[in-house]
Amino acid sequence: MIKRVGSFFKGFFSIFTKRKNIRLGVYGPPNAGKSSLSNRISKDWIGEEMSAVSHIPHETREIIVKEKITVKSKGKELSFNLVDTPGIATKIDYEDFLKFKMSAKSAKERAKEATKGVIEAIKWLDNMDCVLVVLDSTQNPYSQVNITIIGNLAARNIPVMIVANKTDLKKSDVKRIESAFPQYPTVGISVEKGKNMEEFYEQLFKLLKK
Amino acid sequence: MLTLQYIPYHEFSNLGIDEKLRRILKSVREDKIILIEGRLAPTEESELIKRTMQQIDKKFKGIEIASVDYELKNATLGDTIKRNIAHMLLRKRPGITIVGPATIVKEIRKDPRKIELLTMEKKRR
Repeated sequence: MIKRVGSFFKGFFSIFTKRKNIRLGVYGPPNAGKSSLSNRISKDWIGEEMSAVSHIPHETREIIVKEKITVKSKGKELSFNLVDTPGIATKIDYEDFLKFKMSAKSAKERAKEATKGVIEAIKWLDNMDCVLVVLDSTQNPYSQVNITIIGNLAARNIPVMIVANKTDLKKSDVKRIESAFPQYPTVGISVEKGKNMEEFYEQLFKLLKK
Repeated sequence: MLTLQYIPYHEFSNLGIDEKLRRILKSVREDKIILIEGRLAPTEESELIKRTMQQIDKKFKGIEIASVDYELKNATLGDTIKRNIAHMLLRKRPGITIVGPATIVKEIRKDPRKIELLTMEKKRR
């Protein structure tokens, strides 16, 4: 009986402790705009950026955490720790980096670090309370990496919001992403142009409350 | 020359995750494209990606993977329920999975019910 009462209180208080330290993960394939979005969120709410951004794939090769970001919506506020993760890929070839005028030594080093980053990103899936899956809306959403990420989050019952980035580009097709993953809320934005960020924050607030 | 290896469902269904992934990566590292009857579970897929990353080296650049679930066209709700119960009883994940080495398979283009596999062009001397 005492054990039962103890576990009841433990469960009751865990609601509050979990809410105090929500971990919001930012996942997706390389070059979808995960770090750009993380920077934008961090800059909008605490005034500082958190990750380096580059047009060369696999710029983020380590997990980066920004603690205690508080977002406000309609008079209410919620705090979370933002976790920017390396892009998940099924292949990494150092020769791809040579196209960006990188030395062979740097390219090999980057590839090695990128493989470790992918492993870390997958390991961290277990630590997330909710996740933003950032996809490039100009690309085919049916890639296996996207399906694997979302499938893993579903298997762990982690609430998900899909962010269809790069809506400022001509080839952008948010509806295609919506039809690929109809069970999840999808918001089309352009981080670079700051397009539709208000709706994004409204949806983010709903996600954090889940 | 391309080698395509077919793995029927019953060959894989009773294997543990370690053995499944070991066999997949062994074949892919031998430059084979494998066609598996059924789909891997999401956790198996993410574990496959992790192990692929651990094995990347000068020769092995990773994998291309795609799986597709086939659904009966114009299936009624009853058909879908029957199909799901049958698969649940057989512990079967319907569909197919293709895995190939990234050095041979350039891209697997996928729509919900169609897979196109594009291979690398041979370099002209």
